[in-house]
Amino acid sequence: MALEKIDFVLAGVGGQGTILASDILVEVGLEAGYDVKKSEVHGMAQRGGGVESQVRWGEKVYSATVEKGEVDFLLGFEMLEVARWIDFLKPGGDVIVNRYRIPPPPVNMGVAKYPDESEIQRLLLTRAGRLVWVGATDVARELGNAALSGVVLLGVLASDLGMEHDLWLGVIERLVPERFVALNREAFSRGTAIGAEMLV
Amino acid sequence: MKDILSGNEAMARGAWEAGVRFAAAYPGTPSTEILENIRNYEDIESQWSPNEKVATEVALGASIAGARSLAVMKHVGVNVAADPLFTASYTGVNGGFVMITADDPAMHSSQNEQDNRNYARFAKVPLLEPSDSQEAKDMLKLAFELSEEFDTPVLFRTTTRISHSKTMVELGERPALEPLTVLEKDVPKYTMLPGFAKLKHPKVEQRILDLAQRAETLDVNRIEMGDPSVGIVTSGVVYQYAREAFPGASFLKLGMTYPLPQAMIEEFRSKVEHLYVVEELDPFLEDIIRLMGVKVDGGKDVFPITGELDPGSVARLLTAAGAPGADADLLAEPGPGVEGLPMRPPTLCPGCSHRGVFTVLSRLKVFVSGDIGCYTLGAMAPFGAMHACVCMGASIGMAHGISKVTDAQGQIKNQSVAVIGDSTFFHSGITGLMDTVWNQGASTTIILDNRTTAMTGGQENPGTGKALSGQPAAEVDIPKLVEALGVKRIAYMDPYDLTETEEVIKRELAVPEPSVIIAQAPCVLQFKIMNDPWTVDSELCTGCKRCLRVGCIALSLLEGEGEEDTLVEIDPVQCNGCGVCAQMCRFDAILPPVPVEA
Repeated sequence: MALEKIDFVLAGVGGQGTILASDILVEVGLEAGYDVKKSEVHGMAQRGGGVESQVRWGEKVYSATVEKGEVDFLLGFEMLEVARWIDFLKPGGDVIVNRYRIPPPPVNMGVAKYPDESEIQRLLLTRAGRLVWVGATDVARELGNAALSGVVLLGVLASDLGMEHDLWLGVIERLVPERFVALNREAFSRGTAIGAEMLV
Repeated sequence: MKDILSGNEAMARGAWEAGVRFAAAYPGTPSTEILENIRNYEDIESQWSPNEKVATEVALGASIAGARSLAVMKHVGVNVAADPLFTASYTGVNGGFVMITADDPAMHSSQNEQDNRNYARFAKVPLLEPSDSQEAKDMLKLAFELSEEFDTPVLFRTTTRISHSKTMVELGERPALEPLTVLEKDVPKYTMLPGFAKLKHPKVEQRILDLAQRAETLDVNRIEMGDPSVGIVTSGVVYQYAREAFPGASFLKLGMTYPLPQAMIEEFRSKVEHLYVVEELDPFLEDIIRLMGVKVDGGKDVFPITGELDPGSVARLLTAAGAPGADADLLAEPGPGVEGLPMRPPTLCPGCSHRGVFTVLSRLKVFVSGDIGCYTLGAMAPFGAMHACVCMGASIGMAHGISKVTDAQGQIKNQSVAVIGDSTFFHSGITGLMDTVWNQGASTTIILDNRTTAMTGGQENPGTGKALSGQPAAEVDIPKLVEALGVKRIAYMDPYDLTETEEVIKRELAVPEPSVIIAQAPCVLQFKIMNDPWTVDSELCTGCKRCLRVGCIALSLLEGEGEEDTLVEIDPVQCNGCGVCAQMCRFDAILPPVPVEA
């Protein structure tokens, strides 16, 4: 049976760990038997710009970049950045969003306003079939490191995808430095628990 | 063994598998990671060069000495390196010699969108274009074989989407290499006096004809027949887009895109009903194919000449041109982008040493002739303190030109400064300063010496005292260099001290001779410099927003109940304790961290 195409976009801000999360997603896809491609544009991200990573799973993937309106899963590391990418989601697609805001410079300078959570929710629901808010950064901070938020979100995604957790944990153990493995496992299982609760 | 590699990682691997012994580059997005990965192969001698021209020349020297050698750069770097490239086309090579050009359609991180495929035709050298990481690795090996077989430099073109996408690669091994012991001399081959060059030019022309013959049988050029009603000629990443957009169509997939295989193109034309050329940027393939007398049913009349394509745009535009068979999912016109959200432009990092300089320049209202680096962000709000930026090293020459014509008329005397970083100064700013001194200019040059090549991720440069892999190296002394160029006034300023920065710039502007101001402060990001955060005393803050003029993301407005309650706060996680914002405050409301008692 041909494998279904699954497109992911991970959107956040430089330094939030979107790249590691997308690398994990790439490896999980490969282990699950998909052809996988990944695309990202870096360059100025270190200077506080938005970061986005695109991952595509499929029987055979040609383009490494996703199409507007075709994305199956949108993972938001930051509320404003996920809203910016909502037009890439296919109607009825899933959005998993970290309830966390990093004000951009125009907001800091008082020349623009950060949208309210209700406004972001409204924007996301223009396309999302399923919208899951996750306090991933809060959970990560409880575990002692805000950078774990990406793995918390992946835990939620793993629940949503209904894939075997051991597959993910194996990849995480492979990609994460040894001394952080236990923390990352914990972050992942916190994410899967949140997912199990919210996605029934 | 298989691995998932970015295009840049794959090219590094390809260089290793091809038996490359020497590689040189100047960093530039999207090419930087190629050399950064080559560095990890100990059996390749690799180095950053001060600029792309030098990188090309040292790589050419290594080729003359018999080594397979590689020069790597972004697209605009080839402009700098064009001089040696064009004549290396005449000398030919000994060990294979390949130049990688990393083009940036859509200008994700570049000042222009030039299509470097044109260089292949201009310099009369063959051009290869991979369309994924596997091809990036394998075709680099082919590039070296062609270079040696046809005695020519080879241009190898990647684009941002190839360089920065990860796809599966089947890995190979590196052949065992014999040491190079004999340095052969061949005056007519490598010494391009007119008499020798005249003998070479006809050979160069014949070489392109021979390569065109060879293109007919190279397996990187191939016809993939499907539905004969739609024939698509394409190359590079666009092949992937077109494959996805028209899964059933017929394709002529070109891996070598100069010179082109005329017989294969004519054969393909005869097999398909309609022929479309699908390519980003210039009509490079299309023009050559039309000149062959081959009928093209759609090219740049269908596709834009600017920006990137993607599967959706290929599907929609070609369908509108009458081609059947597009993937139906891709045909829906994408909805409008989300509007009204605040932008998130890149900004100077908290603690960045450039912030103070641009805060002052913004206040002084001078014309700032700028250059390429993180400090180009000085053009953005709230500074608006960069008024021209063209290419690497241009700031100093442009400031001199401005000062020449305005000072002569006594109009805007000394109202312009050049601002340039250390790496960019070494790259191509030195000759501009030499010109300023030599031709009795009066302009002021500010060298922002942050001890690294920050914009591309913190590479070493000739002034850092370290080479590519961090090994100790000779360190160019900027003041001594500037002095040797004939500059008599060299000033120093602490860019974190706004009063001193303003005094020094004003003083040097007023002097009717060339002067150089050196602001030396290491990059906080690269050197991981962390200072304790400052705080705002909410009793003293009046909400006047003057501190926001330093454009720091650690500062933000805290909305209060009433209008007058709007205060500034400092995010302790973002703040790097540089204290520049505190110097803007007229109410002493921004307080330094309290030292912890020992």
